[in-house]
Amino acid sequence: MPDIVAYLIEKNLVTVGIFGVVLGVVALLTYGERKVAGWMQDRNGPNRAGPFGIFQVVADGVKFFAKEEFIPDRANKWLFVMAPTFTFIAAGTIMAVIPFGDRIVVGGREILLQIADVNIGVLYILAIGSLSVYGIIAGGWASNNKYSLMGGLRASSQMISYEIAMGLAIVALIMDHGSFSLRAIVLDQAGPIWNWSVFTHPIGFLIFYVAAFAEAGRIPFDLPEAENELVGGYHTEYSSMKFGLFMFGEYTHFTLASGIIATLYFGGWTIPWVMPPETPGILWGLLSFVVFWIKALFFVFVFMWVRWTLPRFRYDQLMGLGWKRMIPLGIFNIVLTGGLILAFEAWGIAEFTIGIFIAAIVLTGLLIVIFDALSPKETRATHVAGSEKV
Amino acid sequence: MQTFMFYLLAVVAVASAIMVITRRQPVYSVLYLVLTFFCVAAFYVMLGAQFLAAIQIIVYAGAIMVLFLFVVMMLNLREPEEMEGRTVWPAFGAIVGVGLGLVLLAYLFGGEGRLPMVQDYTQSYALGRPDSMGRSLFTEFVLPFEIAGVLLLAAVVGAVALAKRDRG
Repeated sequence: MPDIVAYLIEKNLVTVGIFGVVLGVVALLTYGERKVAGWMQDRNGPNRAGPFGIFQVVADGVKFFAKEEFIPDRANKWLFVMAPTFTFIAAGTIMAVIPFGDRIVVGGREILLQIADVNIGVLYILAIGSLSVYGIIAGGWASNNKYSLMGGLRASSQMISYEIAMGLAIVALIMDHGSFSLRAIVLDQAGPIWNWSVFTHPIGFLIFYVAAFAEAGRIPFDLPEAENELVGGYHTEYSSMKFGLFMFGEYTHFTLASGIIATLYFGGWTIPWVMPPETPGILWGLLSFVVFWIKALFFVFVFMWVRWTLPRFRYDQLMGLGWKRMIPLGIFNIVLTGGLILAFEAWGIAEFTIGIFIAAIVLTGLLIVIFDALSPKETRATHVAGSEKV
Repeated sequence: MQTFMFYLLAVVAVASAIMVITRRQPVYSVLYLVLTFFCVAAFYVMLGAQFLAAIQIIVYAGAIMVLFLFVVMMLNLREPEEMEGRTVWPAFGAIVGVGLGLVLLAYLFGGEGRLPMVQDYTQSYALGRPDSMGRSLFTEFVLPFEIAGVLLLAAVVGAVALAKRDRG
């Protein structure tokens, strides 16, 4: 019995701790994003509330709660209220399988810095990630507004398209690491830096990263809320904290997506060339936790960087990229990885060689794809009006 | 604990399944169906088939139901009008449903040992792992697996052919 009690206490502490840290980071990111935007556009960003404007987060929270809550007259009340929570729950539950750090051994007990190390972790991420679209669709439909409905429809087709590409990228990764458990995948990448899967699966990484942008609905894939076409898209009718939850859900989604990218392709909490110790103490646990967040926050920064760099896709470009480029590329990647694993098993060559070989082939493939994408199509405007006359 | 969870999930599953067929609003039906799929996935987890559970969510809740919802919203189906004229189908459906229910109940209470019971959870747990699933799919059941693959390919080709013909 005391064993079960200790287990429950331990799991509750880990869960609450991870939940708190993630939500804290996400809250600060809403401030961070505006600071990054300010830095990129050569202005200050929020700097009024507290030192460096750090209390802007609190001010925003108060403002969200204090604003008038408005439900449109002929909206579907139940779904309208439920939709933001759907989005937020789907985004938040992904954190259950992400390994935020190594295990800690305290007084003979082994504590994992991960809520649940399930043997279908990667599939769990795909499953829950695909559910986040329900909140957007339900919200768009329940608002009883044509723009919102269009936003919801766009979200649903976009998610389905890019989920396939994401799944294909993961298949190749699983073939290499031989496990769906995220912890096993991280441990497999420990050691020298070229053990990171980004070096053995560059093409898979590219597909996964682009698909992660699309799944999180960030620029350049934020067509569900394209403000110049759809007013505000699915959240046009939302105000006060209900809109806040949508926004918070999006931030949670892309923060956790960054964590997943760091875990799957950049070694998770491992430090290059440092093998995890046999009996890790608290210090090592903290160190691995910090290393994980450094990697994850770098990708969060890239998410923001891209937001202030690239314009939004046109809708047919989005679908064309998803179905005609990402999916064929993903299938090519699977066949290539499978063939190379077979070939090198037969010849008995170390993994790193596979990495270089794959990288060489992949770079060629990428060049072809990029060249193809850049070449003019009949659908694009073939000239800029008046430019040749001036 | 396991029994309690089973009954809790069973109640939710049956209740949401009933909601699917009694709601007049198609969007509600779709959302309740998603809930039903979730309960079924939870049953899979309790039986030790975690891989199947994840696939259930990814394929049904994550993809097929999103497409259903997409279509329902595209057509913007509102509450249907009262059915014109009485047809024989509701009565027919009721007879089939009640009959099937009776047969199943009779089977359930018809005698000891008729229902397969999971005795050893560790064994089923090992069977439900993705690697053992894959191994049995590619050795013991390789022929049905390949046939299913060809069938799916045929369906994909058919869908493309239909879509192409539309454009002319």
